Amino acid sequence: MSAHIDKDEMPVASGSFEPKIMAFVCNWCTYAGADLAGTSRMEYRPNVRIIKLPCTGRIDPLFILKAFENGADGVLVSGCHPGDCHYTTGNYHARRRWIGFKSLMEFAGIDMRRLHFSWVSASEAIKWVDLINKVTDEVKALGPFMEYKGLKENELE
Amino acid sequence: MPRIGVFVCQCGNNIAATVDTKKVAEEMARIPGVVYTCDYKFMCSSPGQETLKQAIKENNLDGIIVSACSPHMHEKTFRKASEAAGLNPYQCEITNIREQCSWVHHDNTKATGTVKSIDLTRMTIQRLKKNQPLKKIKIPVKKKALVIGGGIAGIQAALDIAEGGREVILVEKEPSIGGNMARLSETFPTMDCSQCILTPKMVEAELNENITLYTYSEVEKVDGYIGNFTVTVRRKSKYVDEERCTGCGECTEKCPFKVESAFELGLNKRKVIYTPFPQSVPNIPVIDAPNCPKIQKDKCGACAIVCGPKCIDFKMEDKLETVEVGAIVVATGYQLMPNERFGEYGYGRIKDVISGLQFERLASSSGPTGGEIRRPSDGKVPESVVFIQCVGSRDEKKGVSYCSKICCMYTAKHTKLYSHKVHGGQAYVFYMDIRSGGKRYEEFVRGAIEHDGAMYLRGRVSRVYEKNGKIIVQGADTLSGSQVEIEADMVVLATAVVSREGADSLAQRLGIGYDKHKFYNEYHPKLKPVETVTAGIYLAGSCMGPMDIPDSVAQGSAAASKVLALFSADEMAREPITSVVNKVTCNACWDCLTACPYTAIERDAIKDRKGNIVKWVARVNDGVCQGCGVCVAVKIH
Repeated sequence: MSAHIDKDEMPVASGSFEPKIMAFVCNWCTYAGADLAGTSRMEYRPNVRIIKLPCTGRIDPLFILKAFENGADGVLVSGCHPGDCHYTTGNYHARRRWIGFKSLMEFAGIDMRRLHFSWVSASEAIKWVDLINKVTDEVKALGPFMEYKGLKENELE
Repeated sequence: MPRIGVFVCQCGNNIAATVDTKKVAEEMARIPGVVYTCDYKFMCSSPGQETLKQAIKENNLDGIIVSACSPHMHEKTFRKASEAAGLNPYQCEITNIREQCSWVHHDNTKATGTVKSIDLTRMTIQRLKKNQPLKKIKIPVKKKALVIGGGIAGIQAALDIAEGGREVILVEKEPSIGGNMARLSETFPTMDCSQCILTPKMVEAELNENITLYTYSEVEKVDGYIGNFTVTVRRKSKYVDEERCTGCGECTEKCPFKVESAFELGLNKRKVIYTPFPQSVPNIPVIDAPNCPKIQKDKCGACAIVCGPKCIDFKMEDKLETVEVGAIVVATGYQLMPNERFGEYGYGRIKDVISGLQFERLASSSGPTGGEIRRPSDGKVPESVVFIQCVGSRDEKKGVSYCSKICCMYTAKHTKLYSHKVHGGQAYVFYMDIRSGGKRYEEFVRGAIEHDGAMYLRGRVSRVYEKNGKIIVQGADTLSGSQVEIEADMVVLATAVVSREGADSLAQRLGIGYDKHKFYNEYHPKLKPVETVTAGIYLAGSCMGPMDIPDSVAQGSAAASKVLALFSADEMAREPITSVVNKVTCNACWDCLTACPYTAIERDAIKDRKGNIVKWVARVNDGVCQGCGVCVAVKIH
């Protein structure tokens, strides 16, 4: 999870801001849904970076904080629909954790419009495409996430 | 310092069209720890894999990354190649730069794709640096299969597995196996009688000593994993002792009560103690408890009086049976969309508007009319019949978006059957398009039109109503551009094929995926058509989507071959992606234990030399752990 995201490498078209979106997705539904978008040659914004996990239940809330800490402007969590979890109940854990963690995130100074949670199944390529476009546009409108900028460096000092 | 190799695949032009693979490879070479990079036309090809193996050996690599297609495609291929070159296969990681990059970003200047590919590959390098070599887990396989659903697909799967020398339990919800195919009259495109080709297979399934039939039973609970499933089957009470019943039929004959027959789709009545149809397998009747006065009110009991071997037991209760199997084939089939949804066609309101399956029963020699086409209202032979296709299919607003696939063919068959049985009768078909792809299918439809005189009208029906004992069908003929009105004696609706009621809850019990129509998802639509994402569970037939008999049979056999392949070895190697406990920091909070959906975590005592317990820690059972990681995320320590 320690891929440091370097903002300088994003293509910046005539000075416009291109956000980095970190997506934590499960292997069985959303990852396969994103694959299907590719197989169907759909097109969506290039800002998303997917991290594949076995299940949304594997997502430690700290991953989300870490992503922001490392320069993400928005974070997306997506997995199987309720009842469809490959591991039967992992996404319920994720959902419960999400509800509790959301308030903490707000307390930690993160605009909730930067954080998205969704269910995308393996057959919902269109939903995935729409979701990425929507999240990217929304975060783009918010501008870069500056609150944590330099946090790591300061800590080191 | 690690020694990492990065291989960037061009995938012909699939990746190279929008990603500068050379640039990606060059960029990766600058990352500390990366000692070898290259880009290649097809990494998955034999020369591609050779390049990879050679590079591992020559550069003494301890980890590799292949930036190529989705890991769901070729992760196995490259891990195998790595292993062949002496590298631990789990030191090989895939970056998905095709499905999730080159194919979804159509920027021909390659700027977008290249930047993203560089990013994604860098992420994988960081991941690889944290990897540890893993060893495959060996687990024993129980060489017994469970087939859910006793339609033609399930029967075929069971027979094939049994012929391969393995034991099979075939679970069927209804009192008899046979499924929807047992209802059909003749089958397209050969016009051979459905029961004539099905019943021998049903009997074969009953007599095969490797097959155990659990009819009138349903799967209640599924635990375990590939090779080691524990399945709880509810064996509904038949109120008849299966061991002693001889199938003489005396009880059915003497039963004084009649209710609507579900098998005959309401076209006929059956007794309360019944077998669904004469050729039922097993030929053992069941008592329909909610309708039986003896069971409900302790009145009657005629069947028990006439029963020679005294095998009727009104106190019999459902039994829960637990079976242990190594593989499961799901073949639960389809049903038709309820016609009541289509008020404009008069179903439910007009008695002589029936569904395609009901027409099958009318045309079947074992059906309520003995194979004569007589309309349900007054038993008159219809002089003209209107067939309406695509009722609910290809109709996103009122029905389903997909094509039900079998209706064009069975409607053509119906018109043939009708014209063969009612000489001088006129069949009209309202259709949207004729979809007759398949061996000898198009010729079959042409035959119905040209030889048997069915009148095909391209257009939709707007209204169906009764007038002077006739059914008036109003519709459009779009080819002549006119409105048509047909006086018919009977109307047959080719209603959409939909998933079985309760398909979703069964999928949830099995842990397999399904689409928005509740049809089960195959692992891969082209390359893994009968596998599911849950290892050891396979699919066959129309539980996956509308399917005709040849396809269902082919899939039954395909699923059986997968099961037999699994059973060919005593042990199978499992992916070693399981959770690990750090015994030093574990403080026995047992949060992981309660979170685990597989009960794979146990309490383990660490003892000193004298046998005193020093500490309790969690321990993961590698055979049971599926690697979901829920336990890892709940832990605080």
